[in-house]
Amino acid sequence: MLTVLDLGVIREAKEKDGTVYVKLTPTYSGCPAMDVIGDDLKIAFAPLGKKVEVELVLAPAWSTDWISESGLQKMEIYGIARPLSESADKDVLLAGAKKVICPQCKSTNTHLVSQFGSTACKALFKCEACLEPFDYFKCLK
Amino acid sequence: MKSEHLYNYILGIADNSLILGQRLGELCGHGPSLETDIAGTNISLDLIGQTRSYYQYAAKISGENKTEDDIAFLRLERHYKNVLLVEQPNTHFGYVMGRQYLFDVFHLLLLQELQFSKDETLAAIAKKGIKEVSYHKRFSGDWIKRLGDGTPESTAKMQEAIDDLWPYTQELFDMTPADTAMAQKGIGVDVSKLKESYYKEVTDLCELATLKVPQIAYFSRGGKKGVHSEHMGYLLADLQYMQRTYPNMQW
Repeated sequence: MLTVLDLGVIREAKEKDGTVYVKLTPTYSGCPAMDVIGDDLKIAFAPLGKKVEVELVLAPAWSTDWISESGLQKMEIYGIARPLSESADKDVLLAGAKKVICPQCKSTNTHLVSQFGSTACKALFKCEACLEPFDYFKCLK
Repeated sequence: MKSEHLYNYILGIADNSLILGQRLGELCGHGPSLETDIAGTNISLDLIGQTRSYYQYAAKISGENKTEDDIAFLRLERHYKNVLLVEQPNTHFGYVMGRQYLFDVFHLLLLQELQFSKDETLAAIAKKGIKEVSYHKRFSGDWIKRLGDGTPESTAKMQEAIDDLWPYTQELFDMTPADTAMAQKGIGVDVSKLKESYYKEVTDLCELATLKVPQIAYFSRGGKKGVHSEHMGYLLADLQYMQRTYPNMQW
């Protein structure tokens, strides 16, 4: 299971007098998952008798570098291609370069279908080797 | 209230994002193709996200027990400070991309300066927004080139949109009293100084897209002072519908 720790969106967590204080940062400003993640944290700590106070922090801005290696592997297993380096990312999104690795068959014979995908953090690609469409997690730095 | 100028300054920036986000949201499910539909709503989502950060901050300093929703939904038309450009309707896809590009270029120039604001919250929102807005500008700029330098019909439609939207561009660089006060304190940006870079960039792209840059002397303005075009009332009727029908409702 991909966790919020894998994604690097939890910046700090402290416990004081039975309350857990969590600093959460969004991947993108409008990420609609923020409220859900906050609520889920409350639900997760409730059986332990602990309250949760979530604070949304914006600085420093979240980067794809903060996704852990195990997080990237879990995403690949799920079918989301991992972010490339900043320059390679520009090549594939703007210049049609074939560098994104298909999470299904590992071919780099892939092309961009849509700069925007099912969520703000992804773009839509298609593999020309196995013909599967897939999401690519855009590099954000 | 701690600082009325700061409050008005934040709203001056945020209202542009809210209203443009609302305009793009209207296209959800109505985009000309699946990819552009998704793009429009993704850009809308980024803009509304940025708006929320600004409004949350404005609500906090208002000292009036306000929430971000109060600011978004419970103001009268004259109290919205967005420029006329962003409230213009989605006449056709050329207009949607034209409006987007003409705003994106300004938006990015603004945030690139605002990231150095002495106000930590504004600097943080700007830094986060720069990454998103750069991507918006690439998308809208690509479409201007594609449509402008496309078929005779796409060129004509793109030219029509640029001609019609151009008169709303100069207002972007008008300084309000809040702008001036905040720029003097190193909190806000002197937008009048962005004008030259803006027109240079937009003109270069228009030429690349084989579009004629309108040569006009009269520019429409008023949004920053709350004097909006006839489109704004309809937009707000949609935006505020739930709050007006069920006052104080919550999700």
